[in-house]
This record gives sequence, structure tokens and C-alpha cells, in this order.
Amino acid sequence: MQFEFDDEQLSLQESVRRFLTERYDFEARRGCLAKPWGSNDEIWQAFAEQGFLSIGLPEAHGGIGGATELMLTMEEIGRALVLEPYLSTVALCAPLIADHGTESQQTELLPRVAAGTLKLALAHGEADARYASAVLTEARRAGDSCVLNGAKTTVLDGAVADLLLVSAKTENGLAVFLVDPNTPGVRLARYRTQDGRSAADVFFKDAKLPASLVLGNGDATAALERAVERGIAALCAEAVGAMEATNATTIEYTKSRKQFGQPIGRFQALQHRMADMFVQATQSRSMGILAAGRCAAHQNGKAGNETDAELRRRDVSAAKYYVGKAARFVGQQAVQLHGGMGMADELAVSHYFKRLTMIDMTFGDSTHHLGVVSDAILLDHT
Amino acid sequence: MDLEYTTQEKSFRDDIRAFIRQNLPKDVAAKVLEHKRLSREDIIGWHRILHTRGWSGPTWPKEFGGPGWTAVEQHIFDEECTAAGTPPVIAFGVRMVAPVLMKYGSPAQQQFYLPRILSGEHWWCQGYSEPGSGSDLASLKTAAVRRGDSYIVNGQKTWNTLGHLADWMFCLVRTSSEGRSQEGISFLLIDMKSKGISVRPIALIDGEHEVNEVWLDNVEVPVTQRVGEENKGWTYAKYLLTHERVNIARLGESKRELRSLKAIAARVPSNGRPLIEDVRFRDAIAAVEIEIRALEFTVLGVLSAEAAGRDPGAISSALKISGSEIQQTLSELKMRALGPRAIPHVPEALDAGWQGEPNGAEWWAALSGRYFNMRKTSIYSGSNEIQRNIISHRLLGL
Repeated sequence: MQFEFDDEQLSLQESVRRFLTERYDFEARRGCLAKPWGSNDEIWQAFAEQGFLSIGLPEAHGGIGGATELMLTMEEIGRALVLEPYLSTVALCAPLIADHGTESQQTELLPRVAAGTLKLALAHGEADARYASAVLTEARRAGDSCVLNGAKTTVLDGAVADLLLVSAKTENGLAVFLVDPNTPGVRLARYRTQDGRSAADVFFKDAKLPASLVLGNGDATAALERAVERGIAALCAEAVGAMEATNATTIEYTKSRKQFGQPIGRFQALQHRMADMFVQATQSRSMGILAAGRCAAHQNGKAGNETDAELRRRDVSAAKYYVGKAARFVGQQAVQLHGGMGMADELAVSHYFKRLTMIDMTFGDSTHHLGVVSDAILLDHT
Repeated sequence: MDLEYTTQEKSFRDDIRAFIRQNLPKDVAAKVLEHKRLSREDIIGWHRILHTRGWSGPTWPKEFGGPGWTAVEQHIFDEECTAAGTPPVIAFGVRMVAPVLMKYGSPAQQQFYLPRILSGEHWWCQGYSEPGSGSDLASLKTAAVRRGDSYIVNGQKTWNTLGHLADWMFCLVRTSSEGRSQEGISFLLIDMKSKGISVRPIALIDGEHEVNEVWLDNVEVPVTQRVGEENKGWTYAKYLLTHERVNIARLGESKRELRSLKAIAARVPSNGRPLIEDVRFRDAIAAVEIEIRALEFTVLGVLSAEAAGRDPGAISSALKISGSEIQQTLSELKMRALGPRAIPHVPEALDAGWQGEPNGAEWWAALSGRYFNMRKTSIYSGSNEIQRNIISHRLLGL
């Protein structure tokens, strides 16, 4: 057993951090926020040039690193509050294509991801399902085509994606369709999100797609579950980076803000709160490592059976519960310790708070994932 | 990064597990798992069994007669022991005074005391806290005055754990009142049979005898029983605390108590169905299970950092806070699982083999008392408030 990262992994993380510090500081980000969907093509292209969009892709398609490298990168994405569709494209969809897509689909799509010419979004959640993976969107076979009907809600990064990965019911279980948002019969309602990003609701009305646009072969239920688990692991890492930055900015603020003739950071009531914030961020990082480690085990082909899948499910839910709860605590307390300035748009803290809150609300909030672990306990018993 | 134990670590674990299965007396394990009263002989007996195998000092290096295990191996050993319900290691000797003697003791002290700690001949207790010196330990007043080749010690120690069973006490005493209060403290080793020592039990919240007041009335302690230099005792005391890095998390014990909590929730009926089927109660179990997972992977991260030669620093304060809160939550949930059966006080049922009424008390009578008792975990070893001070000063730079 060892949790240490090797020098190559740490230097990758360092290079992402350095790049973002130079090119994506809080003011530069503010400029991106002012753009229609928060995304900035120059930054995305620079990500591609730096190799950041190849992280976690299969080596055969120009990829570098795996789940660990992706985790370390996501920590930096969180630290810098990056608005780009990195999570959707690199952490969620590209690995789903690598996991379930045919060889030719991988060859066609993954190099475009790496080159920065293909942004992806996963259109899986539906209004009635809340956080369950209950898909009502339907694909009916008609000759060489499939006809899609249904709706997807809150498709993260759906407003900027070049291609949507859409889950739908078929006669043979779930399938994932590679859908160009401009396809006739497909309509997107685009909007901004609370944390400055963008998303879309996607409606399918007799949208006709060639059958060749089905991702891979066979039922995609398990592949979709794994994709969401990888997404959760990535979100946990993003939250860890955001929490560490939130704590750092809060400590700095309480050292400089003076009241009653001294820095408010000298007051024990505030010190103890920050100690608790530190403890929760530290343990969140442990949980992020656990979640990434479980997902990595699958990618390395070490863990394929149902027991391993069950353990992965339970640990990933445990991580999302812990991190979601910690993210809420750290965010709320950081705003509290900033006093009135915590309520202002001006400082980074309110932006971190909003992102941390939305991370909890994505792919199952802490209540949902507590339920997953709780139900597993009942299964152990029966 | 690899979350799994190596083949070597797994086979180490199998060896430990097999040894425990063959050697741990069943009646003693049952007492531990059911929180029944343990006798001195139960604890020493297991210590001697471990000693025959060379494992009674699991944290000790080979040069002092320990097994020389890595931090991960020590962790595995602790997990296996606690899971099986072995009596606790006699921590004050093995884990506390021994590392101080290894680092700061004279060769004569090392040769005399260390083998006797390993064999179980000497049971140690701690003389730190005083009525006026708790969190502010350095304000302690118990005075040692030099007279020839001895110190004459006068004062009062308190919250002394199991001193009524102990042979020796390591004790912080004031040898100077010059300068900062930390600078006038010495570290003495005191024979509990010395003339002038009296040990008086403190009645505790759960009615059990665990801690004592120790009065020292002109106790004569040879200078050869001082560790290191005079007035440097605070340095040794601090070393003792930092040496306790991850054990402070009590992870193994909490994993065991989680299993026990689930078993109780499956056993206790609620409106005719097992309590574990009640979502509201089960969610509370799930929440503490996840807290334990978070603690576990933080502990493993610390062990891994140590193995890589990095000093994880004041992180043990975080482990203390989380670990103690988890211990308290588990004991609270075990009590609450009992429902109305949490109410009866049946102290006689804490003796192994007791049977009688109220029905079932032999398995549930200990749980409310244990809940009250576990409130100590956020108070002792540096209260959780002190730990938060340490984090904010040392880690956050506040």
C-alpha cells in the first residue's frame, strides 16, 4: 500500500497549477465569466497545447496518465475555479468513449478531444429521476436509423458542447448516442448556472439518427454507471482544490482584517472554525484519493467482478457524501468568517462557495449518497 | 498510488491473525468485545502471551527487543488485535515511557526498565495532570527538591489512569521556578511502592474505578531515576506526545465498534422489526461508517508519508479530533439503539458470567455507562480545543 505520488505526477500537477496561476487568475476568470457561456476558446486551445486535454485518455490515442493524474489535475481546476467544460469532456465523456466505444469511434473522437476541437457533455439525467439513473428517453429502431424521444435536464456544459453523449432506452437495455446538438428534432434550452458555468436542457422530438451513432455495442448501463463514478471522483478532487483555496484565502483574510484593534484571526472562535475547515478539507482529500483509486482499479483491469463493483459504488458514494458535506461546511464558514465581504461578488470567496455548493448538488448530493451507503448496510445484513 | 496491501503485508496480516486465533483466551476476548470488566491478570496475561512471541512492544525497534515493524505493519497489528478483542496494550509503559527512555534514558535506565516493560513485570502509569494544571500542564506545582543523591517530592497528581494497578509512575515535577514555566520541569521515574505515595480512587461518571488521585508526601526518589537533564522534562514530555502519531485515532477500535453497532441494530427490535431496517437510524450508522472511512484513509496517508520519509507534522491533532468524535458517536449510537433498555443501571452485569434480571442485561448493561465514559476522549490527551489551537498555530500559521 502506498499513497505517495511519483515525481512525474507531482510535476504534472505543478505544471497545471503554474499555467493556471499565470493564465487564469481571478481577474482573467472574471473576463471569462462575462462571455456568453463562461467558456474561452483561447484557454481551451492552450489546454490542448499543454496536453491537459489528453490526461486519462488511452495511450493508444495519445493519452497520458490515468485516474491519479486526472485527480491531481482536477484539484487545480478546482483551485482556479476553471469554467471550461473540462470535467464533462475529459473526466466524464472521453473515458466513457474509451470504456464503451468501438475502436473506430475511439480513433475518430479521442484525438479530437486531445486536440481541443471537440467539447463533450453527458446528457444522462432526467427531470423525474432526480439523482437516480432512471432513463425515460427512448430510442426506437427504424431501419438503419434510431428515433429519439424524451428530454434531458441540467446537462452540464451542454450549452458549449460540440457533441452530446445521450443515454436512451432501447430494446436491448440502455444505449448512448453521439448526438450533434444541431440535429433536426433536437432542441437545446441553454442557460447559465449558479457558479458561472453553463448547462442546457435537451429535448428530443422524433430526432432521427443513423444507428452508427450508437456508442459501442451492447447494454451501456454498467459503462454509464462507471462514467458517473469517474465523474464523481473528479468532482471530489475539484472540490478538494476549491476547499484548499477557500481555506487559504480565508486564513489570509482573517490575518489582514482588523477589528477591536487586532487581526480577527487572533480570535480563538475563528481559529477553531478554521481548524475544523482544515480537518474536513484534509479528510476530503483522503476520500478523493479513495474514490480515484477505486476508479483507477477498474481502468487498470484489476477489478472487474461484481464484488469490486459493489465496493467501488460504496466507496465512491462514501467519498461524495463526505466531500459534499465538507464542501458545504467549508463554503458556508468561509463566507461567515469573511463577514460582509463574504456576501460580495468582489472577492473569490463567494465564487468558491457557489462552486462548492453546486458540486454537492451534482451527481447526487450528500443526502442521496448517504442513502446509497445506508442501503448497502441493509444489504449486508439481509 | 495503490490502495491495497502488498502480498507481503497481507501475509504479515495472516500471521498475526493466526497467532491471535490460537492464543487469545476466548473468555478474555468476550469480555473486551462486550465491554465487561477486565482484571489486571486478563491484561497482563495477554501481554505475556505476546511477549513469548516477541510482540509485546509492537512499536519498538529491534535493538530494544521489539519486532522492528514498519508503521504499516504496526497499523495492521493494531487492527487485527482490536478486531479480535484483545485486551489493550498497556500504553503507559509500552507506548509512552518506553520511547522516552529509548531516546533520552541512560544506558542503565534502558537496561533496567525496558526489558521489564516488555515482560509485563512493570506496569506503568502517568503522573502528569494536577488539580490546577490540566490543559495548562506546564503550570504544574508538584515539587522535587534535591537532597543529596535524591529528590524529595511533594504534591498531588490527578486523573492518573489505573495507578492502583501500577508498579511505576513517570512523573513531571517542578525542579525550578526560574524562567518560563516549561523550563523548570523534570521527568522522574517513581516506584509506586515508595514511602509517602497514596493512591485514592476518583468516583467516575459511570461508577467504575479507572482513575485516581496520587498524593506524594516527602517521597524520596533517587537522582538516578531522573530521565535526561534536570529542568528539561518538558522536552521529553512533548516528545512522548508527538511519538503517538496515529494510534491516537483509535481507528481499529472504531472499526470494531462499528461492526458491533450494526450487530446490535440487527438484534434490537423496533415495532417488531429489526432496528437496522429503520432508515432514520440506519442513516446515522451510514454517516459514522463514512466518517471512519475518511479517518482510515487519512491515517493510511499519514503512514504512507512516514514510510516515504516525510514528516506529516501536526496532522495527529486532526486525527485526534476526528477519532475521538467518532468514538463518541459510536458509543452514543450503541446506547441509543437500546431504546428504553438504555435506562436500567445494572453494574453487576458488567462482571463476566453474570446472569439475572432484568433480562438481557448481560449484553446491554455496559452500553450506557460506556457512552458516559467515552466523553473523556475529547478531553484527555490534549482536549479537542487544545488540538484546534495546535492546528491553527502550527498548520495554519494563525
